[in-house]
Amino acid sequence: MHAETEVHFRDAAAKALLDPQLRANFRRAMDGLITKRKAQFPDPRDLQDLRDLSTAIRSRSLLNLPELLEQFEANCTKNGIKVHWAETCEQANELILGIMQAKGAKTLVKGKSMVSEEMHLNAFLESKGIEALESDLGEYIIQLDGETPSHIIMPAIHKNKDQIARQFSQKIKDAKYTEDVDELTAMARKVLRQKFLDADAGLSGVNFAVAETGTLCLVENEGNGRMSTHVPPLHIAVMGLEKVVARLEDVAPLYAILTRSATGQAVSTYFNMITGPRGAGEKDGPQEVHLVILDNGRSRIYADPQLRATLRCIRCGACMNHCPVYTRVGGHAYEAVYPGPIGKILTPQMEGVGVRHDLIHGSSLCGACGEVCPVEIPIPEILVRLRREATHEDLGSTVAGKGTGRTATEDWAWRLWAGVTKRPVLYRIATWFATRFGKALPAGAPLIKNWTQSRTKPVPARRSLSERMRAEGGPHA
Amino acid sequence: MNGSKPKKVYFYGTCLVDLFFPDAGMAGIQLLREAGVEVVFPEGQTCCGQPAFNCGYWEEAREVARTQVALFPQDLPVVLPSGSCAGMMKVHYPELFHGQPDEAKVRAFSARVYELTQFLVDVLDVKLKDLGEPVKVTWHSSCHAVRDLGLKGEPQALIGQLAHVELAPLTREHECCGFGGTFSVRQPEISAAMSCDKAADAEATGASVVLSTDGGCLLNVNGTLEAKNSKLKVQHVAEFLWERTRAR
Repeated sequence: MHAETEVHFRDAAAKALLDPQLRANFRRAMDGLITKRKAQFPDPRDLQDLRDLSTAIRSRSLLNLPELLEQFEANCTKNGIKVHWAETCEQANELILGIMQAKGAKTLVKGKSMVSEEMHLNAFLESKGIEALESDLGEYIIQLDGETPSHIIMPAIHKNKDQIARQFSQKIKDAKYTEDVDELTAMARKVLRQKFLDADAGLSGVNFAVAETGTLCLVENEGNGRMSTHVPPLHIAVMGLEKVVARLEDVAPLYAILTRSATGQAVSTYFNMITGPRGAGEKDGPQEVHLVILDNGRSRIYADPQLRATLRCIRCGACMNHCPVYTRVGGHAYEAVYPGPIGKILTPQMEGVGVRHDLIHGSSLCGACGEVCPVEIPIPEILVRLRREATHEDLGSTVAGKGTGRTATEDWAWRLWAGVTKRPVLYRIATWFATRFGKALPAGAPLIKNWTQSRTKPVPARRSLSERMRAEGGPHA
Repeated sequence: MNGSKPKKVYFYGTCLVDLFFPDAGMAGIQLLREAGVEVVFPEGQTCCGQPAFNCGYWEEAREVARTQVALFPQDLPVVLPSGSCAGMMKVHYPELFHGQPDEAKVRAFSARVYELTQFLVDVLDVKLKDLGEPVKVTWHSSCHAVRDLGLKGEPQALIGQLAHVELAPLTREHECCGFGGTFSVRQPEISAAMSCDKAADAEATGASVVLSTDGGCLLNVNGTLEAKNSKLKVQHVAEFLWERTRAR
């Protein structure tokens, strides 16, 4: 199976690379985000202090995850939030359907939530006759086109304003063609306003879940998150089980580093703290608040001390913004809910390292992602770990699909490599042949062919360094 | 070393320098000798094991790494003309040998590893005298030299000592050139896109040479430049420094 998907990433990436508009859109957008983030951290020591603090908070939260989740559930319940647990995406979808059906709800207006993307919630609800409308502007744009997000923070970043203008004029009723960004935004706002008022239910994600108070924190820029969670009579929140932190005071540093890392903002336009349904005498807020907590492989990731670092992720997207691969191929080439570097470690852990063998190898291990990650997830190290897991069944881990990415050819190649490289005499013979006949190797030979697609063939020197040092007869050991 | 400059070091050539850039290796050795250091070049050097390590074949990587560590028994610095291989030996060997019976021995070895320019600047504090013609160069920072090994501008500091050399920065100096070892053949299209952008960035500086600490980056950028018949050349920083400081 992995051979099939491996072709997918290479093919999807190669196709994306041939689209100059897409490449220009991503390069421009990512350059902008890199510059904006940099401006937020003028002092590298301040940045490192905030990274250390944020990493410590997330690590401590994960270390006590089971206890914190229990405390969080108890406090949510005390606040009047109904908590549901889902082991799989299917269970989570059924739970949401059940909650909506119990209230007779037929329409859902959604704030941004990557977990709901993970669940493919929209398609599921539509198959059950429920309309699920994305209200985040970027999500709304891609939903109109039947697409998935190409970035976890900026879902429509692959499109430029001309493309959106064309699309709005075709897909929104009575819309005229304009490339004016304010007018385009106003068009979407007009549609969405009525939907907020009419919707039976609203759905949101959760950025931080506070155990000591039972609070759901929501970071957003458009106000649509607040509308989705406060206007409809029913609010359903979904979150991965790793989102919990112990104390309210943990939220401030994480929030500060999240917005700065993601979009280069010191704060977001909105920050919502939801502690329950509308209270007696209160003028707004939903009558019911439900929270669905999703596992979907997370407890398995949690069980491994090294892989657990994956769950520190606060979904800022900085790793994508700084990834030279992501910047060139865009988010859709990954054919995964979470693209970019974090997706390359998260997706294979969720779906299996054999099935997503392609993603594990879709990195030059340049380390830009690990360098920029605000919670210091060692993404390159985890990639290498997953490459081991994909090719070894006997590492005693709980990694999904371990050993299923193994191929006889690759095995043979590495054994041959080690066989030659650990024997200096054989190595010397091999380099002697390479220096004398390396020039004669055909450019179309396997592997060399991949290299020479865009480069001239590397030609070994006439005499190797070792040979020259031997000839020099200098001070050898 | 107690702050005093070592009189003797080991030199590890690395497989790419051995095979493709022997002049860079010789230059590195000469630069060390020029600084008054005796250089020991043990026979039997092959590969640091990074390709297998990065691909998840740790058993094979360990077998090879063991044979290499054994070549450097004395308590002397081990100097490499490569940020990537130095990073492997210094940072990733302890990881690779974690929990192995010879972990302590390997850790002691790793603690002695230096990238060449790092050693020339931080340990030997060399002063170079430029004897060359005026030239404009550009600098590509190898990802592993900077991010694994933590080089903090040592090569640029050495180039900066040369009076007649102008260093024109790349727009995206810290972006990967697209080599990534097996990445370049596993994902040739993405790798090519990265390499072509790096080559174009280098050409736009108006420099006549691209310098780097790493053979992998140099092979990659050179192949790309040659394929488009560019006038721009690549050179290992050791070879460049040696040529500039040597009287003809």
